[in-house]
Amino acid sequence: MSGEATVDQSRRDFLFIATGAAGAVAVAATAWPLIDQMNPDASTLALASSEIDLSAVQEGQILTVKWRGKPVFVRHRTKKEIEEAAAAPLDELRDPQTDAQRVKKPEWLIVVGVCTHLGCIPLGHEGKYDGWFCPCHGSVYDTSGRIRQGPAPLNLEVPEYSFLSDTKVRVG
Amino acid sequence: MSGPSTYVPKSALGKWFESRLPIMGLVHSSFVAYPTPRNLNYMWTFGAILAFMLGAQIVTGVVLAMHYTPEATLAFDSVEHIMRDVNYGWLLRYLHSNGASMFFLAVYAHIFRGIYYGSYKAPREVLWILGVIIYLLMMATAFMGYVLPWGQMSFWGATVITNLFSAIPLVGKSVSTWLWGGYAVGDATLNRFFSLHYLLPFMIAGVVVLHIWALHVAGQNNPDGVDVKDVARDTVAFTPYATLKDMFGLSVFLIVYAWFVFYIPNFLGDADNYIKANPLQTPARIVPEWYLLPFYAILRAIPNKLIGVIALFSAIALLAFLPWLDTSPVRSAKYRPVFRVFFWVFLFVCIGLGWLGSQEITDAYVLSARILAICYFAFFLIVLPLLGLFETTKPLPPSIADAVLAKAKGEASRESAAPAEKSGVTGERAEGH
Repeated sequence: MSGEATVDQSRRDFLFIATGAAGAVAVAATAWPLIDQMNPDASTLALASSEIDLSAVQEGQILTVKWRGKPVFVRHRTKKEIEEAAAAPLDELRDPQTDAQRVKKPEWLIVVGVCTHLGCIPLGHEGKYDGWFCPCHGSVYDTSGRIRQGPAPLNLEVPEYSFLSDTKVRVG
Repeated sequence: MSGPSTYVPKSALGKWFESRLPIMGLVHSSFVAYPTPRNLNYMWTFGAILAFMLGAQIVTGVVLAMHYTPEATLAFDSVEHIMRDVNYGWLLRYLHSNGASMFFLAVYAHIFRGIYYGSYKAPREVLWILGVIIYLLMMATAFMGYVLPWGQMSFWGATVITNLFSAIPLVGKSVSTWLWGGYAVGDATLNRFFSLHYLLPFMIAGVVVLHIWALHVAGQNNPDGVDVKDVARDTVAFTPYATLKDMFGLSVFLIVYAWFVFYIPNFLGDADNYIKANPLQTPARIVPEWYLLPFYAILRAIPNKLIGVIALFSAIALLAFLPWLDTSPVRSAKYRPVFRVFFWVFLFVCIGLGWLGSQEITDAYVLSARILAICYFAFFLIVLPLLGLFETTKPLPPSIADAVLAKAKGEASRESAAPAEKSGVTGERAEGH
């Protein structure tokens, strides 16, 4: 009798564990589509790159173009701005990067125009370093788009881009 | 506290129904025979006011949804369509948008009343935490509702708040992208916010049911903070006493609400939100709705993104720990002279933070916001735990009835003209339900 009871018990344990395991897999498999549906959809991903014509951008100007629903700043830097960006001492930077690491051609700075603090759009040619100033919470960026003052933790993001010709850039 | 219902239906149909679903008995024992402390003041009418406001927001919200279009290119115009073309659309929208502010006005009165009278202390901890959950859900609902008109402040408010999550180490950026359904706030974000804005009020309603359930298990706190000892002496029946008092409080509250709706419907709004959302231009100043300003000020006071976000969320989360941070066994500030002073200072700190949250960032601003933010946290983490150890409290009245009678006697001695009338309060009014 007792032997039979043991067999019953282990069968019950097996069924319990098997059902529980199958249930956990089923719950995870159901939950994932419900979660993942909120990620960017195929039509959003399809718009992931755009081409920019640089020929009309004068020295000193900042062109703002829309890429992935966000602004991208294309800044045609003056000689003075390039020198200032290059001269910034690295040990003073919160997110240390040399200017050369952030540009492909020194006269063209291309950054995502979204403040790395909470996503506002910084204003060009403003702030102590004449780079950008974010009106929302007071972050200050230099002429290389590097964070110098205020609450933002990181430099303005440099998007992936490539020069198709001297006057054409593809972002993304 | 109320015990089993003694409700007996009068009609035969009522008896037939009650034996199958005793819902009338539940209503009777919860809202008619339910004993309420006889010393409740008008601060206790905000519970009923809040229940009314939730109902009002759901009713106006459901009808607004019949005319609103949650699509990025159409949303702004559909709100103007409601304002100009829909019959009484202007009224419904102003009732809904000002209703949100009134809802928060009432919830802040309710929360500060709870803090002043120690309503979070044992045995009401769960009741209090359910309240904090309702408050959180209210903030989420209000935030998403504010995005729907798709004006400049809608868009940029949504951008700033969703970017708070990007401060989470490692996964922050993916979380933001997931929330947006894209690489920035856009059409996908608007759509999901509309869906959730419609859902959350019903979740609030669910938690409100739990909140009232927990209230009816523990019983109401009262201005003297002493427990009900004798139901016959210390309490009166919910109906008519509390019901009528709630109705009167609600009526006064509705006058204020109507004044906002009909005379200054845009006073609490932001002019920038009548400009259509533009993802390429941030407004000169981003200001959240007034009820979120104190937390916004705390966020802005801290020069580090992650710590700022942590401070913002912990400022809210601390409320849930209030029952354990406050170590004093005495509930009501009436009998806590030192706590009472700190309470008013705390209220001033919250209002001060709120005001700072609406101001432009200057050095003086940041300094004062930091000082007030430190005061805010100090109230919870230093003042409340220590006061319980060092404060000399005043003697508590032996019972609610004694407190009421002592007060009545004091008034009677002052205006000795009507002693007979006052003696009516001695209250052997045991409501025989």
